[in-house]
Amino acid sequence: MSNTADHADSHSSLVVDNKKLLMWLFLGSDCMFFGTLISTHLIYRKLYPDSFEPTTLFSLELTSFSTFILLMSSFLMALAVSAMHKGQLKSFRRNTLGVIFFGLIFLGCQVYEFAHFVHEDLTLQTNTFGSTFYMMTGTHGVHVAIGIFWLICMYFYSHTGKMDAHESAVDVEVAGLYWHFVDIVWIVIFTAVYLVEFIPEI
Amino acid sequence: MSHTETEIPTPKTNPTQEPEVLKAERSNLGMLRPDHNKSVIIDWLTTVDHKKIGIMYGAIALFFLLVGGLEALIIRTQLAVPENDLISAQRYNQLFTMHGTTMIFLAVMPLNAAFFNFLVPLQIGARDVAFPRINSLSLWTFVAGAIVINFGWLLQALEVMGLFEAKGATAGMTDLVPAGGWFGYAPLTSTDFSGAGTDFWIMGLQILGIASLSASMNFIVTIINMRAPGMKMMRLPVFTWMTLVTSLLIVFAFPAITVALGQLMFDRVWNTNFFNVAGGGQPILWQHLFWIFGHPEVYILVLPAMGMISEVLPTFSKKPLFGYSIVVFSGAVIGFLGFAVWSHHMFTTGLGKVATAAFSLLTMAIAVPTGVKIFNWVGTLWGGRVRFSAPMIFALGFVWMFMMGGFSGIMHAAAPADAQQQDSYFVIAHFHYVIMGGIFLALVSGIYYWMPKVFGKMWVGNLSTWVAVLVVVGLNVTFFPMHFLGLLGMPRRTHTYLEGFGWETYNMVCTIGAYVLAVGILLLLVDMVRCIRKGTPAGNDPWNARTLEWSTTSPPQAYNFAKTPVIPARDALWEHKYGPENRRITYEEDHGHGVHMPSQSWMPLIASIGFIPLGLGMSMMQAGVPFMGYVAIFGLVVVCVGLALWALEGPGGYHLHPEEG
Ligand code: HEM
Ligand SMILES: [Cu+2]
Repeated sequence: MSNTADHADSHSSLVVDNKKLLMWLFLGSDCMFFGTLISTHLIYRKLYPDSFEPTTLFSLELTSFSTFILLMSSFLMALAVSAMHKGQLKSFRRNTLGVIFFGLIFLGCQVYEFAHFVHEDLTLQTNTFGSTFYMMTGTHGVHVAIGIFWLICMYFYSHTGKMDAHESAVDVEVAGLYWHFVDIVWIVIFTAVYLVEFIPEI
Repeated sequence: MSHTETEIPTPKTNPTQEPEVLKAERSNLGMLRPDHNKSVIIDWLTTVDHKKIGIMYGAIALFFLLVGGLEALIIRTQLAVPENDLISAQRYNQLFTMHGTTMIFLAVMPLNAAFFNFLVPLQIGARDVAFPRINSLSLWTFVAGAIVINFGWLLQALEVMGLFEAKGATAGMTDLVPAGGWFGYAPLTSTDFSGAGTDFWIMGLQILGIASLSASMNFIVTIINMRAPGMKMMRLPVFTWMTLVTSLLIVFAFPAITVALGQLMFDRVWNTNFFNVAGGGQPILWQHLFWIFGHPEVYILVLPAMGMISEVLPTFSKKPLFGYSIVVFSGAVIGFLGFAVWSHHMFTTGLGKVATAAFSLLTMAIAVPTGVKIFNWVGTLWGGRVRFSAPMIFALGFVWMFMMGGFSGIMHAAAPADAQQQDSYFVIAHFHYVIMGGIFLALVSGIYYWMPKVFGKMWVGNLSTWVAVLVVVGLNVTFFPMHFLGLLGMPRRTHTYLEGFGWETYNMVCTIGAYVLAVGILLLLVDMVRCIRKGTPAGNDPWNARTLEWSTTSPPQAYNFAKTPVIPARDALWEHKYGPENRRITYEEDHGHGVHMPSQSWMPLIASIGFIPLGLGMSMMQAGVPFMGYVAIFGLVVVCVGLALWALEGPGGYHLHPEEG
């Protein structure tokens, strides 16, 4: 964005850029946020082990696929950040579009999954499993959607010619931090909510 | 960088010579920025100046202190005599709920925020906070949350007049003001037992949470990144340190309540099963989630107070703070341990022996760093040349009264004892000693200490003595008998009681005390108004103080410091005044560059205003008010539009060239 503010915050012991530090703090807070949602889910899952059998519903193939897609989107995001740092606007745009596309695939998979589950009679109201599952994964989905929206804005902004090398590189990096975090949260959910259900009983 | 000057550069205030007229520029969107506006109202609404934002936080917080106080007086009047029927049980529930919620979220937290805002940039030698526009967003979002959470009173008034009746999901429910207690235990808050009041409470707290979170992140970045050269972490004034710890607590504790409130909202709006017993939900989950936030919250309230005391005591004892690093460290330990003791609010729920014992031990452990601080404060006084000026009187009151609250805290840290005390007036006595006797006295001390800096006026007369006497006597008369009431078995949150339990006299005494306290608080406000109206010019450093904020003008100019100070030592101003030559504050040469100022903006205000229809719409949807869904969507759109324009308008900024005298 504009560089008028450059020297505003100049003095002092800048270790991490202001915006980046702000994002790190937000992510720290968000960690607690998802931590609470995931633990709520696991607590109820443990409390009522027999009320519901998720393995009959979960499709490991589909979710593994969407997880892989999200991981790859993180890879592209890293490429976009590095392109921006080098000032390669074209490469930045290409990679950003890739992230957006992969993110949309992930969301599509989630929508499909939700629709399928609802069709199989698991709704928000069915039992505690439904409530916690939808709220947790739904909140994650909203995070992904916000990330996609953010990147779309950046993509269009990159066409206005107002991007300047240094400041915009930081902005893209901040968006990148967010995207990677959302990805990591999904890895945790995928492991703790999906994968462990398939561990055979000993 | 040449640090040549050692004189403190004070800008010339020469009223006859008009400064060059600055013109507002256009933003990236082509709109005129509201800088240098002639209209005072526009100037304050769009301000990004941390000092003005701090003053507004303070004024609004004091207003809500009066509102919460009025609620408390009605409660006490109702309880003055047995079987009183001044107000109904329902109205009583609403009053104690709103009293607690108002005092914690709308009075003490924003009053703390007022001090954070005004002082932190000055104490660290910064021009402003790291994100001035986010700071403005925090303020106005707080106002939006306050409106939403109190809106029920209006609806309730309409209901009483027969002009409103709840339909929809909460049809027939007549409680339109929050009534589930400040901790809103499930399942009292379900749609089976409560009406729109709970919805206002949920939405109001969520919005206030956004305000607190954004403010805290802003302050952490400010304290870490915006310090003047030489202002190392271990040179920070203790108040700034405690601001940092408090902000970290907010960042990590608020998500728990955000999620809990979200789950509760889902339960109410979409019939989910989080706390719904019929669907397998466990009300105890609410208690855990609430107190994981709730216990850190009490430290969020008290740590800033401890910071203020750690500034006032050294100044008026003419000694450095005894054991600075230990005070800082124990503050951090308190913050950390604060996350590990939440279940002491749940001893009587049957946690199991191991858990109860563990939480009991941890709770006792947290009293250790608290005690350490008290010894440090006493150590600061020891051998000092104590001046009993107004701030000092209240600071001393804090040490004493806060300790009393700590003692009763230790008493119910023992789980078996707590089994007797839980949910009785003993607990009420405990937390009013820590909050009124502690935090409130510290805040008053802070007001007396820093008001001359804020408005540049010195206090007139010695009304403060009367305030001190009335407040300290009032709070002891009000809250000390509550220990006995609790031990005699009087439960909290009952709207009336029968004769013959031996509670009558104590209750009457408590009520009288409450009125004394109220007079004291009103006198405080009178004193503040007198100071602003009639005060004599305070000068830069009226108290012969120690920290950096006293080195600039009172009130400080918009740019805080004409030149960036370079800090050679802790207690920078004191060392500058009395220390050796090499500990003087020096100033960076700015080579005619001037001070960079951030531009003012409408966008934070617009985004915040959107939260009002969003919150009200979501809340009243449940009560069957028509079109509320659309109102909520409209609010959301306003929020998003505000944020989008914010991103696009660009930060802007202009330069000021303070002349030096
Ligand atoms: C020495 C340190 C402290 C200890 C050991 C301690 C201990 C406790 C315990 C065990 C309870 C639960 C009592 C019950 O419900 O039966 C409690 C309640 C409470 N404490 Fe403390 N406390 C301490 C300091 C503080 C401080 C500094 C504050 C506020 C700034 C505070 C505010 C509260 C509040 C508000 C409650 C009641 C919450 C409610 O039930 O509505 N305490 N304390
Ligand atoms: Cu506690």
